Amino acid sequence: MTQTSENATARTGTGSRFTFWLGVAVIAGAVALVVLGFFAAPADDEQRDAVRMIFVHVPSALLTYVAFSMTAVGSLMWIWKRSLWWDITAHAAAEIGVIFCALTLFTGSVWGRPTWNTYWDWGDVRLVTTLILFLIMIGYLSIRASGGDEEATSTRAAVVGLVAAVNLPIVNRSVEWWFDRTLHQKSSLTDGNLEDMTLFTLVVGIAVWAAFFLWAMIHRFRIAWLERELRVGDLDEAIIERRAEALHDESPVL
Amino acid sequence: MTHLGYLIVGWGVSLAAGAAYAARLITRGRRLAARVPTDRRRWMTAKDAS
Repeated sequence: MTQTSENATARTGTGSRFTFWLGVAVIAGAVALVVLGFFAAPADDEQRDAVRMIFVHVPSALLTYVAFSMTAVGSLMWIWKRSLWWDITAHAAAEIGVIFCALTLFTGSVWGRPTWNTYWDWGDVRLVTTLILFLIMIGYLSIRASGGDEEATSTRAAVVGLVAAVNLPIVNRSVEWWFDRTLHQKSSLTDGNLEDMTLFTLVVGIAVWAAFFLWAMIHRFRIAWLERELRVGDLDEAIIERRAEALHDESPVL
Repeated sequence: MTHLGYLIVGWGVSLAAGAAYAARLITRGRRLAARVPTDRRRWMTAKDAS
């Protein structure tokens, strides 16, 4: 490899023209979201300005569902077809989903203090089931990081990814099924109580978070691909070296 | 504006976490890409690889 191509390699990384412009769109969208969220959307009659937390909390929660659903599909495809593409996709979605889930818990807690007068309630089913989902996916990432036989690790992680998927509808429906055991309101998007500008800003927030999720998925997938290429390359080199040593050992001493 | 402190913490942590993760992905990708030949990176266009 020449010096010029090495520089190009270092500069390009896991990016492409598409991810560059997608990243620009995410940054522009985030700026627009701040302006809309703080200055254009109206305050709520009851919650007053605390309602503006909805524009980061709800998109984080929705993308948590999307990411962990993708992990579940990828896990299923790994177990069923032994598809490496889906295995990498499941892992990438899990890592990004854990970040979204952490942000959902954090922003919900910060939003809860001025509206419910508490950061956390252990008797609240929505909060506790979301925390359980988060902890299951931390377990998923721990298995991924544990090393060892790659195929066995992927299979173990896939099982955990599918177990987490069982919890997804429980988290989502908990405010309906156990409405008397939660402080959490029902779905903001479907209850029809949002004002037009609030709803518009919320849709912009979801679009920005979704674009960021796509951008991060592409980069995280390519990172996992590169890691695998390096492992395969190292293994090939080790095999060549071992064969060379074996040939040397077998050659007659003159 | 009411509850400004809560809003700054909630929004600030969310945006900062996204930016920090994005920066980590970019630096990690660049470090790894420097060790893998371009012909083993399937997403690269001919122009990127030149």
